[in-house]
Amino acid sequence: MTETLVSYSLVAVYSAMAIYVLAFVLFTLDLARRSSPAPARVETSVEASSGSTRLLERVTTDAPADTKGPRYLRAAVALTVIGWVLHVAAAVLRGAAAGRVPWANMFEFTLTATAIIVGVFLAVQFWQDLRFVGAFVVGFVLIALGVATVNFYVDVVPLPPALQSAWLVIHVFVASLGTAFFALGAAISVVQLLQARRAAGRAAGLRFLDTLPAADKLENLAYRVTVVGFVFWTFTLIAGAVWAERAWGRYWGWDTKEVWTFIIWTIFAGYIHARATRGWRGSRSAWLAIIGFSAVVFNFTIVNLFFKGLHTYSGL
Amino acid sequence: MDAPEPEKGGITQPRLDFVGYLRFFWRQLTSMRTALFLLLLLAIAAIPGSLVPQVTSDPNGVIAYKRDNPGIAPVLENLQVFTTYSSVWFSAIYLLLFVSLIGCVIPRTKHHLDALRVRPPKTPARLERLEGFTTRPSTVDAPAAVASAEKLLRGLHYRVQVYGDSVSAERGYLRETGNLVFHVALIGVLVTVGVGGGFGYTGQRVVVEGYAFNNSLSSYDSFNPGRFFTDSALEPYSIALDDFEATYEESNLDALGQAIDFTAQVTTTMRGEQPREQDIKVNTPLEIGGTQVYLLGNGYAPVVIVRDADGEVVFNQPTPFLPTDANLTSFGILKIPDGLAEQVGMIGALYPSTAELTSGALTSNYPDLINPTLTLEVYTGDLGLDNGVGSNAYALNTDELTQVAGRNAPEPTIKLGLGDRIELPNGLGSIELAAIPRFASLDVHHDPAQGWVLLFAILVVAGLVTSLFVPRRRVWVKAVTNKDGTVTLEYSGLARGDDPALEAAVADIADRHSPSPKA
Repeated sequence: MTETLVSYSLVAVYSAMAIYVLAFVLFTLDLARRSSPAPARVETSVEASSGSTRLLERVTTDAPADTKGPRYLRAAVALTVIGWVLHVAAAVLRGAAAGRVPWANMFEFTLTATAIIVGVFLAVQFWQDLRFVGAFVVGFVLIALGVATVNFYVDVVPLPPALQSAWLVIHVFVASLGTAFFALGAAISVVQLLQARRAAGRAAGLRFLDTLPAADKLENLAYRVTVVGFVFWTFTLIAGAVWAERAWGRYWGWDTKEVWTFIIWTIFAGYIHARATRGWRGSRSAWLAIIGFSAVVFNFTIVNLFFKGLHTYSGL
Repeated sequence: MDAPEPEKGGITQPRLDFVGYLRFFWRQLTSMRTALFLLLLLAIAAIPGSLVPQVTSDPNGVIAYKRDNPGIAPVLENLQVFTTYSSVWFSAIYLLLFVSLIGCVIPRTKHHLDALRVRPPKTPARLERLEGFTTRPSTVDAPAAVASAEKLLRGLHYRVQVYGDSVSAERGYLRETGNLVFHVALIGVLVTVGVGGGFGYTGQRVVVEGYAFNNSLSSYDSFNPGRFFTDSALEPYSIALDDFEATYEESNLDALGQAIDFTAQVTTTMRGEQPREQDIKVNTPLEIGGTQVYLLGNGYAPVVIVRDADGEVVFNQPTPFLPTDANLTSFGILKIPDGLAEQVGMIGALYPSTAELTSGALTSNYPDLINPTLTLEVYTGDLGLDNGVGSNAYALNTDELTQVAGRNAPEPTIKLGLGDRIELPNGLGSIELAAIPRFASLDVHHDPAQGWVLLFAILVVAGLVTSLFVPRRRVWVKAVTNKDGTVTLEYSGLARGDDPALEAAVADIADRHSPSPKA
């Protein structure tokens, strides 16, 4: 039974990856299409028909829907949704195979965390049109899934006693949520940096930027996404401490993973303060968001695999 | 500090006296820029401690690192890198950061308390310059419109003040309150962590099945008291390990022998109370006498009986062996200073499920006791126990000893199965492997401030969420009487802090207040 479910799960992962590849190509084509000189830029701040309620100011979109562009974009999003459904199915099947939450080793964690990243990416589209970071997000998820299936794959094994806790469900899940928001924030910050360069006249070649929101607008978007990640990360840190007190006999012991979680928390605390500091708004704070997310990736990969510590649950 | 050199012909700076300098540095320290700098510096300063093993979390790693890197280790030692998180430089950064934080929080608290008492400010003359400006024609006269606006805004939890034909309203004081709670709670975490570390203690003790330990200083194998620890902090109680159960995976071939559950069944006795039977598991510590008792390790403690040449028992006790791998191949030392013709030391290896490698060496292929073997290399000579220097129970210095059984001796290494009894070489006597009970390694922690740390941590999250997601905004509604006698209502708002939904909020208020179509 377990083996059947595991193999179904893997089939779902590979299918999801194949579809993500197509989505990635279409997202990229969309960016390329934005670079072509044709479409006139149309500001559509959507005024909802009922009175003057302006719910949320939609940022720029481009010319009428009959051009090829939005078709690429819509197809890319549709494929991402399909890929995501398969991706979630893969995680659920894996969990069913193991008889527990599917995030007890690096393979499972990557599988689930990337599903959450894509899920958050899709969900925020209801709030803001952030499809332009689709190439970044789906590309990142594809690389992560590739590394996970090729390098991190392990068979289903039972949980060691230290992981048998409700905190496994809470702590790790919230950490993945935080990671997803940080990823999105970093993606927007990258675009923000490009946009700032363009405004300074140094990235004239990147014409697709014309179709994207301006740097300050992006900075606000990145900030709002990142602070959500920060709240989740703060919770992760505290939930981790509560769990560590149960499992390891102390709530904080400067274990390597604890150190890096703390470092990441501090970087993003700095990011939030940067907004209130003269001379630190704009590109500098964007760099902080990117450095912070890089630290998250570093914490998950390098620290897990090469640093000695108590979080040795990679299964590798 | 040197006084600034007067610049010739340039801008003359005000001459600062000592207090002036203090004020200058205080203002620098409490500025947002400094706080940001210190935060980022703290992040960087925390990195070395993750690259180099730390005395607190990995003492053996530190020893190994010093052995393997004799060149750089003394330098790192001098820089306190092995104790990064209590080092002078790391402490300096976070203490400065917290001083900066306090210097920021105090005036802000004062300012906020003042703001809580102040009524919303006068309505600006030109609302159209503010955000979300909307106008609507009014169906009622100005006083009625103002009255209904006041009622509406009050109902939306705004603090409201009427100024003539306008209403000034403000909400979201909780945002600043949350921000202050967040920062004060961080100070609370720091202080309570410090208090807990100062008055608490941690102790480790290995307990063999059938044995007990008392919570007293002398019975610990190792003990780390806080700075302000006194013996009276040790609540007298005893814990007897009745049984230790380990469950291993037996069916999943990918995880054969992987530990699934450890349970230590103990009988606890508080002074003057009835003994109680309880379980300690990983992730489920035992709460007793203001301490938590954790099950952090386990292994085997073979009971060896040594008899002298006349058959008199001279040694009969369990000796905890240190597990070295997942299948509990374990090593231990037996020291028998008295009772035999010579002092005897033995280096033992225990294989719970014995298997033979192709090289002929023994190994263990499963952690449970399926087919145990104890091997012993026997040494004789002066064990060095009488010279007053404390000796390590887990090490045997063989420099001054003679191997009488083992790889470098005429007699081969002694091999014992469970219940086997074998003669020792040189007619010393005999040795028997009588039993192989388990031992549990228990960690006892006492941290009087732990609950407070958790409380402040929860306040940190609560304050953070409030300060980030409660919008603070001002909203104005003004009734303007036109020349023809009609009344036009004006609405607008002002964000105080990050407030992406301000315009929507103003529009919503306008809709609720005068649901007529737009003017």
